[in-house]
Amino acid sequence: MKDKGKIIAGVAIFAALVSFPFWYNTGTAKPAPELILAPEAKAAVTCILPKDQMAKEHMQLLDGWRNSVVREGQRVYVAEDGKKYDMSLSNTCLECHTNKADFCDKCHDYAAVNPYCWDCHVNPKEK
Amino acid sequence: MNVNIVLSLVAVVVLGALAFLGGSAPALQGVFGILIPYIAFVMFLGGFIWRIMKWAKSPVPFRIPTTCGQQKSLSWIKHDKIENPTTGIGVVIRMALEILTFRSLFRNTKAKIIGDRISYELELWLWLFALVFHYSFLAVLVRHMRFFLEPVPVCITFLEAVDGFFQIGLPIVLMSGVLLFAAVAFLFLRRIATPTLRYASLAADYFPLFLIMTIAGTGMYMRYFLRVDVVAVKELTMGLATLHPSIPANIDPFLFVHLFLVCVLFVYFPFSKLMHAGGIFFSPTRNMANNSRIKRHINPWNPDLPFVTYEKYENAFREKMIEAGIPVEKES
Repeated sequence: MKDKGKIIAGVAIFAALVSFPFWYNTGTAKPAPELILAPEAKAAVTCILPKDQMAKEHMQLLDGWRNSVVREGQRVYVAEDGKKYDMSLSNTCLECHTNKADFCDKCHDYAAVNPYCWDCHVNPKEK
Repeated sequence: MNVNIVLSLVAVVVLGALAFLGGSAPALQGVFGILIPYIAFVMFLGGFIWRIMKWAKSPVPFRIPTTCGQQKSLSWIKHDKIENPTTGIGVVIRMALEILTFRSLFRNTKAKIIGDRISYELELWLWLFALVFHYSFLAVLVRHMRFFLEPVPVCITFLEAVDGFFQIGLPIVLMSGVLLFAAVAFLFLRRIATPTLRYASLAADYFPLFLIMTIAGTGMYMRYFLRVDVVAVKELTMGLATLHPSIPANIDPFLFVHLFLVCVLFVYFPFSKLMHAGGIFFSPTRNMANNSRIKRHINPWNPDLPFVTYEKYENAFREKMIEAGIPVEKES
């Protein structure tokens, strides 16, 4: 082992990189965020889709809404129970979910998801 | 059908199925979600260091200057400082180009018989797809740090933003995952399409390809089609990273297929050809300066023998040499 110093330095750097998450988080528990439903959302009781489906599909639903509104000019969404909704993030979704910071952002921040909805849309409560 | 291909494919499918069954049983989720990932981490890091130390103990008695450029010589002959370095800095540059741009692979040629003579052509597809494969795998790996770090550093969110630059669909299609899958598929097809290469390929060549293909495939399936609960996934991974492991209630069992195959890859890594990741630093033809004509390199295990000059030899055997009629330099 003529290059002992170099090899040990390399191995040390490798071990530090591989174990990075362990010392970055410094061993403290970091629990998942708890969603807070706004009073308006609690009062409405039902969303446009069942809760599980909304959790899984809201991004695709909104993507579909955007294409429908922008490309086809069609802005009416008919829910499974026949109820009609205006396809609008700011006016329909945020009407009940008035607390963007405690509802949308909590999970998005935790999972490091950066939706580009807010590049164009505003949260009416934050104007 | 080639037995090596079938064996490796069966191995990956069986491992995946095992993880799915285990992940679906609440009693076994702790094994697949906590125990096995920790074992895999320890075996990966321990195995990696063990393998490096084993290589580091190999003696390197002399320089092996297999080079691709003009050696340092007379002042009017142009010296190729990177391809044939005489200094440590030159070696660092040569190694960096090798590791970051796969220079040796770039020199890959293909022999073909055209008419009645052999001809060599540049063959760059392997180099290109190897680059795509390694860099997209790196991007995928770094992107996954969002599951293991809280708060998520800006550089990782930035990488993901660049990765999803084209903003296709929602969840946004990340290029690195698609490219990784495409590159690994190419590397597999290349092995089966070339008869000479297929003949030289073993199960140890196909297994990692199928494994990585399945890991990339299950990852994309979970992101774009199944859309697993990412918050639950991060709860699990953060539990592992903060040493407070727990299994979240609404975790999707399919996640365990992905996670278990990643663990298999990590355990397999140090004991297989994948160790070229560490081994490239030990390539003797790349990591040594060609300074044999400047510095004397003595073999470390040469026995310590006394050095005998001809004069001493003749002094010892003069009479016998004269007797036998052998010419001597000095008569007495």
